[in-house]
Amino acid sequence: MNKVYKTAAEALEGVLHDGMFIAAGGFGLCGIPELLIDAIRDAGTKDLTIASNNCGIDDFGLGILLQTRQIKKMISSYVGENAEFMRQYLSKELELEFNPQGTLAERMRAGGSGIAGFYTRTGVGTLIAEGKEHKDFDGQTHILERSIVADLAIVKAWKADDTGNLVFRKTARNFNPPAAMCGKICVVEVEEIVPRGSIDPDQIHLPGIYVHRIIQGTHEKRIEQRTTRKKESA
Amino acid sequence: MPWDRNQMAARAAAELEDGMYVNLGIGIPTLVANYVGDKDITLQSENGMLGMGPFPFEGEEDPDLINAGKQTITELDRTAYFDSATSFAMIRGGKIAAAILGAMEVAENGDLANWMIPGKLIKGMGGAMDLVAGVGRVIVVMDHTNKAGDSKILRECTLPLTGKGVVDRIITNLGVLDVVDGGLKIVELADGISEDELRNATQATIVT
Repeated sequence: MNKVYKTAAEALEGVLHDGMFIAAGGFGLCGIPELLIDAIRDAGTKDLTIASNNCGIDDFGLGILLQTRQIKKMISSYVGENAEFMRQYLSKELELEFNPQGTLAERMRAGGSGIAGFYTRTGVGTLIAEGKEHKDFDGQTHILERSIVADLAIVKAWKADDTGNLVFRKTARNFNPPAAMCGKICVVEVEEIVPRGSIDPDQIHLPGIYVHRIIQGTHEKRIEQRTTRKKESA
Repeated sequence: MPWDRNQMAARAAAELEDGMYVNLGIGIPTLVANYVGDKDITLQSENGMLGMGPFPFEGEEDPDLINAGKQTITELDRTAYFDSATSFAMIRGGKIAAAILGAMEVAENGDLANWMIPGKLIKGMGGAMDLVAGVGRVIVVMDHTNKAGDSKILRECTLPLTGKGVVDRIITNLGVLDVVDGGLKIVELADGISEDELRNATQATIVT
């Protein structure tokens, strides 16, 4: 069983089709599968539905698939950093399903866990609750949220071994594990593929059973809000 | 004199107690971290971190280490990282003692609106709906009135809600109000602000 591919394009071969549903890891520009996004742009796959917390910025991350009009619908919690997103949404060129951030993460986790849906208090009494089943548990109203199973998950991790065991780094983990879990096929890009046995099995964040294809590559890792403080003079 | 942003943040920090796990929203709430002093507070960042440290020194930014406002930050010796599903499990599960959030509007029954202005500003709720539904105490920090001088503390919210009946306390540039049965109760006035000034700037019902 070989999971390791040479390039993002090769790793996506036979997987992409117009109208497909993709779950993507990342938060803002942190921990996004930038190489796989580039490869999807190059492949020209259209009418995509993408579940991702954000949609990148105008010229980086998922934002580049907006530029090329490859996205039909986004399922996201926050799209405030992207002018083109706003333009396409307000002109009704793009569909948008807002999900509270935790609901989106749990929909992915549940989808990968064989759970069809879950009841949550999040969003009760708001626009999000409209049209959803309401049910009271222990005196509190909950709404039913369905899980997400995607045709494809695109994920960024720090390290993998060749069996797909993954290690993430700091807050770049974010949506990557739940996105990976909910994909019928999961393709992962990493900064380094390391030899089998070199990751302590107790330190693996996501076991390779969720991972079908892996590529190693160089990442730009752009910073969205570079914020610093001055060194105090001694 | 009404409180400025830093004074509001300092007043909000006074709400926090030793041992609390706390989530701070974007804007003025972020400044609260500067005023916790020697209290043992652990800050949660909902993108997957407990134990959020200060901004990095110039040249030490790490693109893999950001807060929920996408700003570069640092870790502490107590820091733990986790994925987004785990992060919101602790939020929904009631493990976070308090959230300090900004707002566009708050109503006298504790309704909160802070995620969209239909047709104008569509950013999204991010983690705010989960936070207000799950954390122990919701404290709003915001200016009492908008740029046009209209009250942001209303009988009923006009904007789409983030949560229904979720706000416990409101800290503004004019003072501190609690959501109680029948309306809002004045807890404290900013230095030099009279009760009349606060009442005149408030559309919501104030009870005594």
